[in-house]
Amino acid sequence: MDDLYRDYILEHYRRPHNFGILETPTASYEGSNPRCGDPITMMLAISDAVVREPAFTRRGCAISQASASLLTDEIKGKTVEEVEKITPDDLLDLIGVEISPARLKCALLSLDTVAHALAEEAVESQGDKSST
Amino acid sequence: MTDSAAPARPAPTRLDARRLRADFPILGTTNRFGKPLVYLDSAATSLKPQAVIDAVNAYNAEYSSNIHRGIYEIAERATSAYEGARASVARLINAPEAAEVVFVKNATEAINLVANTWGRRNIGRGDSIVLTEMEHHANLVPWQLLVQEKDGDLEFVPITDDGRLRLEVYEALLHLRPKLVAFTHVSNMLGTINPVRELTEMAHKAGALVLIDGAQAVPHLPVDVQAIGADFYVFSGHKMLAPTGSGALWARRELLEAMPPFMAGGDMIREVHLRRSEWNEIPWKFEAGTPDISAQIGLGAAAEYLMALGMDSIQVHEHEMASYAMETLRREIPSIEIYGPAAELRGGVVAFNLPGIHPHDVAQILDRSGICVRAGHHCTMPLHERFDLAATARASFNVYTLPEEIDALAAGLREVVRIFER
Repeated sequence: MDDLYRDYILEHYRRPHNFGILETPTASYEGSNPRCGDPITMMLAISDAVVREPAFTRRGCAISQASASLLTDEIKGKTVEEVEKITPDDLLDLIGVEISPARLKCALLSLDTVAHALAEEAVESQGDKSST
Repeated sequence: MTDSAAPARPAPTRLDARRLRADFPILGTTNRFGKPLVYLDSAATSLKPQAVIDAVNAYNAEYSSNIHRGIYEIAERATSAYEGARASVARLINAPEAAEVVFVKNATEAINLVANTWGRRNIGRGDSIVLTEMEHHANLVPWQLLVQEKDGDLEFVPITDDGRLRLEVYEALLHLRPKLVAFTHVSNMLGTINPVRELTEMAHKAGALVLIDGAQAVPHLPVDVQAIGADFYVFSGHKMLAPTGSGALWARRELLEAMPPFMAGGDMIREVHLRRSEWNEIPWKFEAGTPDISAQIGLGAAAEYLMALGMDSIQVHEHEMASYAMETLRREIPSIEIYGPAAELRGGVVAFNLPGIHPHDVAQILDRSGICVRAGHHCTMPLHERFDLAATARASFNVYTLPEEIDALAAGLREVVRIFER
């Protein structure tokens, strides 16, 4: 039996949670896996510093897809501060299967893209404040 | 094909792949689950035979010393082994003289060398270079940098849906009077063997020089740079049973002599004064600093090993493996998509996809069974875009590949399908 491709991983791959497009995200970022070029777009609807609605679209392998599905479930309803504290190890625990070094990029791309989306949102809301 | 129209050769003897596997110590190893190594990624890098390992070890253990300098026994031995390797490589590709073989660390470095020396001197504003859609990034990006700097243009020969160059478009592009045409001899993704002699002749008639990327050809089929008529021919050692860090650029003497140096430093000079220097003779003019001596000695040993097996025999064997793979995979996994031309036109490379399953997942599951395949874009992103593919899985073969290994691949792929369908 294959440790990596457990049923729940394949289930998240076949029917990913939070998969789709937000019409008006307050933060979004398009990342890509440098190893394979597979793209992911993370979209977040944030209000009162809480991630109300996360969504993503991507093309990719089972690991990266399951990772994005599990991560978006995890951050839904969390404060931005809480989301920013999620570490790669936290995400790997969430995925719950052993990821070989060659596949770490696949597994962690979703978190990296969320971090970029939040960073851009922070810069933009800073800009909003200074311009008003 | 034009290239096989050369003088008739006697029918090649059959390669005894089963016996020669004993020459490759790594084939005796097993993975973490105790499965024997099924190495189907030779297009990325090849395995190394004992003769190559011994040649590298002998340098390090018995005569480690710098070349072209020391006046003592082991230094003379090192120089003679290094230059002997150059002579072996020259023989392998039928170069007119060893001095036309410049040692570099890989095909990538060879192409960068030509782009930065010949290219910078000869490509100017509005000049065009013709490439193809099937180039490895190594034969694309250096030319992008060059034309960006010089305000020149790149043109691309498109390919057919079954992965062959469209010669009628190539002919039309040659009317633009390009200064250089650069193409791969064998595609590292599609496996297509290009008609290099015909392509070269056509380019020469249009007044262009020709650079051929032979990284996937020199290890797998007879290459005769004089019969092809090329101007520059480049290849990596590590794909032809030699160590990483070895490789060669072959170019005609008059081109090499007219080209300025690439890297500057020791060994590439004849005389150095504080404000000016004179360059060494070719090929040393292009070999600044202490090279990877043991790797290039290993390259010489690899060239000898390949010549002893016979390049004709190797080509027949790998062609048989590719045919067997295409037939077996299509029969065992009917949903498989295989890219590239018919078996008759290809070397030992088979790229494929299983519908709905990412190639990374395919490779990961195969790894459990000790099967090594490549997954990704294989440094040919434009070619994958051409076929609207994000990535493919690729099996590639070499002298040591056996039909049983292809059977193991087929069984592994059936397991992948089973896991994803459960």
